[in-house]
Amino acid sequence: MSLALETRDLTKTFDVGKRLLRPPKAQVHAVHPTSLRVENGETLGIVGESGCGKSTLARMLVGLLPPSSGTIEIEGLSGGSSPADFGRVIQYVFQDPVSSLNPRKTIRQILEAPLIHLHGMGRSERAARIDEIFDSVSLRGEFLNRYPHEFSGGQAQRIGIARALAANARILVLDEPVSALDVSVQAQVLNLLADLKDELGLTYLFISHDLAVVEAVSDRVAVLYFGAVVEEGRAENIFASPRHPYTRLLAESAPVVGRPIGGQAQGELPDPMNPPPGCAFASRCPRATDICRTDRPELRPIEGDQRAACHHPLDP
Amino acid sequence: MSTFLKLLARNRLAVFGAAVLGAIILLVVITPLLPLPDPNATATADRFKRPFSDGFILGTDHLGRDLFSRLLWGTQLSLAVGLAAALIAGTIGAAIGIVAGYFGGRIDNVIMRAIDMLMAFPYILLALAIVAALGPGLLNALYAVAAVNIPFFARNVRGVTVSIAHKEFVDAARLSGMGHLRIITTEILPNVLPVVVIAMSTTIGWMILETAGLSFLGLGSQPPQADLGSMLGEARAAMITAPHTSIVPGVMILLIVMSVNLLGDGVRDALDPRLRSGALSRPMAATLVRRDETPPEKTDTKAVLSLENLETRFEVGARIYRAVGGVSLAIQPGECVGLIGESGSGKSVTALSVMGLVASPPGVVTGGAVRLNGQDLIGAPYARLRALRGDRVAYIFQDPLSTLHPLYRVGDQLTEAIRVHHRISRDAAHERAVKLLEDVHIPNARARARSYPHELSGGMRQRVAIAMALANEPEVIIADEPTTALDVTVQAQILKLLDNLRRDRGVSILFITHDFGVVGQLCDRVAVMYAGRIVEEGTTAEVLDAPAHPYTKRLIACVPELGAGRRELHAIPGLPPAVDQLPHGCAFAPRCHKATGLCATSDIPLDGRKRKVRCILPEEDVA
Repeated sequence: MSLALETRDLTKTFDVGKRLLRPPKAQVHAVHPTSLRVENGETLGIVGESGCGKSTLARMLVGLLPPSSGTIEIEGLSGGSSPADFGRVIQYVFQDPVSSLNPRKTIRQILEAPLIHLHGMGRSERAARIDEIFDSVSLRGEFLNRYPHEFSGGQAQRIGIARALAANARILVLDEPVSALDVSVQAQVLNLLADLKDELGLTYLFISHDLAVVEAVSDRVAVLYFGAVVEEGRAENIFASPRHPYTRLLAESAPVVGRPIGGQAQGELPDPMNPPPGCAFASRCPRATDICRTDRPELRPIEGDQRAACHHPLDP
Repeated sequence: MSTFLKLLARNRLAVFGAAVLGAIILLVVITPLLPLPDPNATATADRFKRPFSDGFILGTDHLGRDLFSRLLWGTQLSLAVGLAAALIAGTIGAAIGIVAGYFGGRIDNVIMRAIDMLMAFPYILLALAIVAALGPGLLNALYAVAAVNIPFFARNVRGVTVSIAHKEFVDAARLSGMGHLRIITTEILPNVLPVVVIAMSTTIGWMILETAGLSFLGLGSQPPQADLGSMLGEARAAMITAPHTSIVPGVMILLIVMSVNLLGDGVRDALDPRLRSGALSRPMAATLVRRDETPPEKTDTKAVLSLENLETRFEVGARIYRAVGGVSLAIQPGECVGLIGESGSGKSVTALSVMGLVASPPGVVTGGAVRLNGQDLIGAPYARLRALRGDRVAYIFQDPLSTLHPLYRVGDQLTEAIRVHHRISRDAAHERAVKLLEDVHIPNARARARSYPHELSGGMRQRVAIAMALANEPEVIIADEPTTALDVTVQAQILKLLDNLRRDRGVSILFITHDFGVVGQLCDRVAVMYAGRIVEEGTTAEVLDAPAHPYTKRLIACVPELGAGRRELHAIPGLPPAVDQLPHGCAFAPRCHKATGLCATSDIPLDGRKRKVRCILPEEDVA
């Protein structure tokens, strides 16, 4: 398989307390050096809790945020400098389907934008392409002249997916695409995404906080904690036999019918303004030793293609 | 647009303003056609003629000029100048505001500081300075008034632009390859325009007044040209001897500014989405009750809380939303009952109806009973509800950030919750508050009691909310999606806490959620809601292992479960029905693969004794 997307030591640092002339008061490392590889036709799941940097990472991948350092290579080319350069090769599906559609534009106007600005298509060509895309997300053509507020969440999310497809990008970043939807509608959208992937040979980066959803749709999964990948591996292995204690905590915390409430490790994310010197998870980790509090562990292979950033990885 | 006009027409003052303004505008538009004497023709012999004398309708001024003619021409000029100033100020101000708000960062900082500096000068001083620099003249007065009002528009528009520029559709437009200019004109501007119109409609009267003020000082229109301000200025010398020369333009200014402001306020109220959503109408202290019949007293039940055929509606205009359409549910002491359903299924409204917390208007309880230890709470006097709220029945809501008051320390809020129901000293209540915070495992509780809600993490805030619910040792806690906004590891902590608390204290919990996993881990019994009614009820194990209602069965199949691996999910086609147009019979029938003609003919009862299902073709035998 060929490589669809690769990041090398991608980082993002935000300034806190900006001042007009002097340097900012402090810096927050939202994303620590991150290297990801995604093969063509693969679904990489990215899971993590709020504040772990998954949305910042996603926005860098599509060019909405400039990285502080590091490189992004998409289909063998370095991404470019503007969202428009990225837009032809990689697109984004937003979490909130309704707020991602301009309330004052018709669906047709929204879907035409990428065709005009990224591909310079003529009127008749556009109409044909929009019909084709709309059909592929199973929406009726009569919806094209309506406004976003007339649609339910599930329909609006289909329109959001249709817009991403219209740009003709082969890679989609799906940022919590179903977490705003009810479960019965969530399954409709997830199945649609799976069908589109098979038909069009798409590559997905699927970001979610819902482990079960990520496990159900992904080939590989990367677990983010405090701005860094702590574990990466095959979807079928990573939650079944986690190697990083944080992944295990996540897996045990997920509510599963018939299992007692689990994952009671106390504590929460460290303060990003004042990050700990060693492993960010050390304060919550039952296996932490002195080295964890002083040295930050690197992501390293543990077994097969499962990698974890831990000084004391768990046994399978 | 038609809803806007309808809302505007409902506002009588705005309609009155529109009528007055319309009449004035009509008058000045036809002024050139009227057989009026030349407004600038002087006739010193006819000076200071009183109104209605010698063919002068409104009399004459100090040079014998016809006041009526001067008034109409002057009004025309004043209106035109005011309107032009508003348009100029609105356009430039909006442009500045959009640029500052859209680009943000340093550009925003520099522009807004410059605007702040402009605003620091008294407006009339600034206008005087501008006119002094440019020289007197009506056009220069117009520029001055426009310039003075630019900051107002810029600040307003910038605020709105900042909130829009961070919306996801703007990001989507960037990914669609649009440049900044195109995004500003096609994505931002259409959404900002209502704000500009609102700001303009409320300031145009002000601008007419300011222009008149400059003319009054002799810096605006130059003789012999008449505008309302200069007419007043010229009449000043004869104010005592010939008061009508001042009164005539004065009344006109009053009429114009008053009508413009009344209409402007009406436009603002009709366009502003916050006002339209009813933010100004305060809900009543308890939900309105309109029951046709009062259910008989029943005291033979052991249940601590029981709902009997509860019906709650929202009445919006002619539409009736049957949010809760006859819900019966009993909670035994120490029991945890899960109420599960998708959004819009009526589970939250059911919970809020218990203590009369549904906002009225538009909410109305139209039937049924809610019994706490056998006594009906529906229609109970407000004082009784208030004594029970937070004391015998406590709530925990989804978002603790919006349920905790942002300006008070969490310890003080807990203390207040205790002292509302118990006559104890502040210190004793505070000690109890600290103890409660310890009970919900907040580390360092005494210090944390002094924190404000924003200083705590989401999980800690929800612990505070739970502590507050426990404050008066209630019999029932109604928890409305208390962990939905939390991360999964924090959710597990909170669920464990709730589970321990209920076992230690024997408190009953009505747990509202959309998550089967949570129900499966926490609840003894579960009721599934669909379109405002319970469709299935039973012990958690029975319902989750062998769902009897097709909806429950298919809903469970929709949910991916951790450990099941990569798989196709079984979606339910279609959408839940809108509760203002429920189908006949079973509300799920249109989406159900088992539905027959019978399902849609008549109301289907919730059948069964302990295990209940509302289906004529259940998946499992529940008898």
